[in-house]
Amino acid sequence: MREIAYLAWCYLSYHRIKTAILVASIGLITFLPAGLNVLVSQGAAELTARAESTPLLVGAKGSPLELVLSSLYFESETPAPTTLAESERVAQSGLAEPIPIYVRFQSRSYPIVGTSLEYFDFRGLRVAAGRPMAVLGECVLGAAVARELGVHPGDSVTSSPEGVFDLAGVYPLKMPIVGVLAPAHTPDDRAIFIDVKTAWIIEGFGHGHQDLAAPAAESAVLSREGDRITANASVVQYNEITLENIDTFHFHGDQAAYPLSAVIAVPHSEKSRALLLGRYQDDDASQLVVPTAVMDELLETVLTVREYAVAAVAIAGSATLMTTALVFLLSLRLRRREIATMMKIGASRSTVAAVLISEVVVVLLLGGVLACGLTLVTSRFGSAAIRALLLL
Amino acid sequence: MSSEMIRLTDLRFQYGDGEFALRVPELVVERGQRVAVIGPSGSGKTTLLHVIAGIGLPQTGSVEVGGANWTGMTEADRRALRVQRIGLVFQEFELLEHLKVLDNITLPYRIHPSLSLDSACRDRARALAGKLGVGDKLARFPGQLSHGEKQRVAVCRALVTEPDLILADEPTGNLDPANKHRVLDHLIDCVSEHGSTLVLVTHDHDLLDRFDRIIDVKSLSEGAGL
Repeated sequence: MREIAYLAWCYLSYHRIKTAILVASIGLITFLPAGLNVLVSQGAAELTARAESTPLLVGAKGSPLELVLSSLYFESETPAPTTLAESERVAQSGLAEPIPIYVRFQSRSYPIVGTSLEYFDFRGLRVAAGRPMAVLGECVLGAAVARELGVHPGDSVTSSPEGVFDLAGVYPLKMPIVGVLAPAHTPDDRAIFIDVKTAWIIEGFGHGHQDLAAPAAESAVLSREGDRITANASVVQYNEITLENIDTFHFHGDQAAYPLSAVIAVPHSEKSRALLLGRYQDDDASQLVVPTAVMDELLETVLTVREYAVAAVAIAGSATLMTTALVFLLSLRLRRREIATMMKIGASRSTVAAVLISEVVVVLLLGGVLACGLTLVTSRFGSAAIRALLLL
Repeated sequence: MSSEMIRLTDLRFQYGDGEFALRVPELVVERGQRVAVIGPSGSGKTTLLHVIAGIGLPQTGSVEVGGANWTGMTEADRRALRVQRIGLVFQEFELLEHLKVLDNITLPYRIHPSLSLDSACRDRARALAGKLGVGDKLARFPGQLSHGEKQRVAVCRALVTEPDLILADEPTGNLDPANKHRVLDHLIDCVSEHGSTLVLVTHDHDLLDRFDRIIDVKSLSEGAGL
């Protein structure tokens, strides 16, 4: 048997390019369905893990998927906003703790997430350097953002305008970085966290400007009627919140109507959860979604696509195997003389067949080893790749 | 031990339903003889070698090699006897292109379970290769050798098992005159050294004076092989 294996190995190593192509073909065609399965399973696990850690999500009526993708993964189009009143409604129900989420703005393509400090506790996020935001205008960076921008506590980031020609829209706000989070391997790594009130300042619901009662602002004042002062556009507006100007920042309008992307509702108990779900069942303006249910629906689609992909790969695999068989059969025709020589010298048909079968077996084994190796690599790094894809 | 190495009696061999038939009323070759087989193309020289080697069995008559009758043996026994006691040299060398020279020489040991490849066999293969002038080519593939070197490797392969009988089918047919004589010299030297019997098919009448006996296949059917 050793001699037969040796002869087979000599043939395969002499024709190493042909062997490598056959091994690669068999390896890849075996790996594709296995790797696809691993990737989809890990992708599903990644998606589900984030959803599972978020019990309930309140948002405006609309696409539940957009609401979940925007509020959990900071992806997708900004859904129709809900309001702060919805957060207060959850709090007043006594059934759950509300955590506001407002994801609309960006800084250098990284999403700015307006929220409260409870979010860090809820997600188990730890500040690795610096401290959490404490004052209006401060921000805390996800680990990947800090690493990629090369910034640290003490530096600053500025919110980007929503459009290049958005002169009258969102006001760029320079925000001091007070902390950087430890890596969490979730979308939080690629987000910039600010207090939700800071997000409203970026949107223009609140602002800080020169004190119009001060003599220095006299030239900008157009009229005074009691407490009501009207000024022209020369009044200096602050685009950075500092200890010196923080007292000048104030909000206009009804805060209850201020926008939020969503409210994470953390129910106190299973019963609270059920009651809260019941309360939103017939709500015309808002929806209460269970993120896992939404993601399961999305995954069903992904799994269906996977089944089609596996079927396509199976067909391609059959074609590859048939081609491989053809290559072996054609090679037998080319090797008739070699086979005849071996038999003339004294080899039996079974010995010759054993050599040829050994060659096929070695190629199949090497193809299998290659497929296993690729699948292992996929399972080892696939998770990180999916995470990177999700975080992009 | 009988002095006869080969005995063919009342032999008739035919390929399928073809018109050609080899007929040999009787042919005896003594041990240690060097026999040249001549004859025009298609007269049955190669067929005669195949019948003697047990590769093809006659329709009638008997073939005895070293006292063993091919016609009374199973295919497996014939193969075992062939690989142990007969060395074959072919006109087209018939080396396996994917095996290095040393592996080609030791091929008989790798393809039959009755022979086992040990260090003594390898040493013998190396010694033979050295003697035939290809000792420095052992790690090369046949494609890296000249025609003359390939045929010397083929001769080494035929001799490595120290067979009693060497059957060579026009081993010098594809070689230039210098290589032709060199290969034949080596073959005859080795055969003489081991006391083996040599039956060699050739078209080359310049070589005939090196043989003890010359058989014309055409005249075999008339009893000239006696």
